[in-house]
Amino acid sequence: MSNEASSEQGAALSGLFTGVSDLKESRSVKGTPASRLPAFVLGEELGDLADRDPRVMVLTADLASANRTTEFRDRHPDRFFDFGIAEKNMITAAAGMASAGQVPYAATFAAFCAILCAEQIRTDCAYPDLPVRVLGHHSGMSMGFYGTSHHALEDIAMMRTIAGLTVVCTTDANHLRAVLRASLDHPGAMYIRMGRGRDPEVYGEVPAITFGKAIRLREGGDLTIIATGAQVRAALDAAENLAGQGIETRVVDMHTIKPLDEAEIRAAAAETGAILTVEEHNIIGGLGSAVAEVLVECERVPFRRHGMPDEFALIGPPAGLYAHYRLDTPGVTAVALELLGKG
Amino acid sequence: MTAQTAAHGRNVSREFLEERAKFVRLETVRLTRIAGAGHYSSTFSAAELLACLYYGHLRINPAEPLWADRDRFVLSKGHIAIGLYPILADLGYFDPRLLDDYTRLGSAFGDHPDMKKIPGCDFSSGSLGHGLSVCLGIALAARPQKRDYRVYCMLGDGELNEGQVWEAAMAASHFGVGNLVAIVDANRLQIDGATADIMGVEPIHERFASFGWEVQRIDGHDIDAVLGAFDALPRGTTGKPQMIVADTIKGRGVQMMELSLNWHVGNLVGRDYDAVIEEIQAGLKPVTATEVRP
Repeated sequence: MSNEASSEQGAALSGLFTGVSDLKESRSVKGTPASRLPAFVLGEELGDLADRDPRVMVLTADLASANRTTEFRDRHPDRFFDFGIAEKNMITAAAGMASAGQVPYAATFAAFCAILCAEQIRTDCAYPDLPVRVLGHHSGMSMGFYGTSHHALEDIAMMRTIAGLTVVCTTDANHLRAVLRASLDHPGAMYIRMGRGRDPEVYGEVPAITFGKAIRLREGGDLTIIATGAQVRAALDAAENLAGQGIETRVVDMHTIKPLDEAEIRAAAAETGAILTVEEHNIIGGLGSAVAEVLVECERVPFRRHGMPDEFALIGPPAGLYAHYRLDTPGVTAVALELLGKG
Repeated sequence: MTAQTAAHGRNVSREFLEERAKFVRLETVRLTRIAGAGHYSSTFSAAELLACLYYGHLRINPAEPLWADRDRFVLSKGHIAIGLYPILADLGYFDPRLLDDYTRLGSAFGDHPDMKKIPGCDFSSGSLGHGLSVCLGIALAARPQKRDYRVYCMLGDGELNEGQVWEAAMAASHFGVGNLVAIVDANRLQIDGATADIMGVEPIHERFASFGWEVQRIDGHDIDAVLGAFDALPRGTTGKPQMIVADTIKGRGVQMMELSLNWHVGNLVGRDYDAVIEEIQAGLKPVTATEVRP
């Protein structure tokens, strides 16, 4: 599916939901309007869902101002609970709410839900198959110089081993909207991974998504880059760079890590010359590992997992970290060339 | 005294509840023999509490296990599910004969309860320290739904070692969850020894009171006291969360198990099995053990 096609499908969806408020419209970060920043979209979109569905509740752990669920709080104070700095209690209480018929969205830093509360997510949410939506924002190393305690470079690995748990990475603001809308009636528990909230735009409109179905954003036969989260933008831009060198690259947004779109991986193996996975996650256990598990049962193609090496991140601002670990556009371009023997 | 619990539960006699507590102990012994190992003594300490709850107090309808307005009960000390299953079967949630395959391959009934497999089980448990948070969430869900159910949580005293319990305790009073009732089966023992020696949790009632809970402390083997505590619970979904600290004896009802560290998990065989059945059938005798025994 091309960008253009996804835009058309997005247009079909738009108009069904309330728009951005005047207040939000007036806000921007470094020139990017708030409506295009996941950080500003989360509270608004959840508020819209709650307007239409009495099951929606939102919980956070003293981070309402960081994840901007404050907007939800202001619109639906009776369905908003701030649990203070007590994430385990929040996740388990969300499971209790879900068992009584609600659909709770519990949001906190990915490090403090997926990693700190891995057992609560497994035992209380996934095992009883309850519709809890764990929103792990500021995943990867998007917390930059806050350091390893606030990074989540292991969460995909931990979450995808939990039976029955749907694991989704959001790509940008419009994709986040699509994920939240689709999550409302999705069966079972979900881990929804978000970036820092300033993730660069990939989708000009809200895309039509299906959990477990990857989105092919660009065609090419020499190489497939399978990316997830904020790295989808870097992958698209790297593909543009590579085109300048005569290399045609297919780019796949593997937004759902579990259940994995195995057919899309097999198609890449059969139809393109090499596969590169790109993720803001330890290369052990994440998207790359998930793809590799499929590829070992396919005809072999040159393959490389690109992500965070098995180490804790340096201290630094996010942009510096992405450049250092080659998770930005020049980095992904360079790694792709290495994989193709042209580096 | 005949218990009068019509306000919330059912009219049942003290003698009937004593008989049902005996039934819990007998079934625990029977089912443990099927599995080859089981949690006798921490089930025995809660036998009167479970009997009073299910036969005399909870607003439930076994014909409609998922009735939205039912009271919920979450067994946070999930390892005594062996004492809960017979009650649920007896009340008609499922065919009692299903318990004959307790813990066997493919059975719905394991050492810890599974809400997806067992009608009447309101939440799966097993990992200690989670149940109070679960109940907090269920209690809060009553608000947007405008329901007046209560949520009951049974914890062990050893379980209070878990930090998440105190997260939930703090949040319950902060949110004013008056429809949340916690019952601590304070049987004084945990696996490695007396709770006082392993990780002291007393004074439980003062600790919860200082966290903003309304607390009663009772003899958990005295049926009148248990029903009295239930009757004293205020109505309404807001206000202070309610705590009943039930002083109990681990292993109560079988003298060789009372306050003994040997019987947390065990298996009675041969003449021991028969003797224990006989002792339980004869009813509770005065407690002879005064301190924890190895």
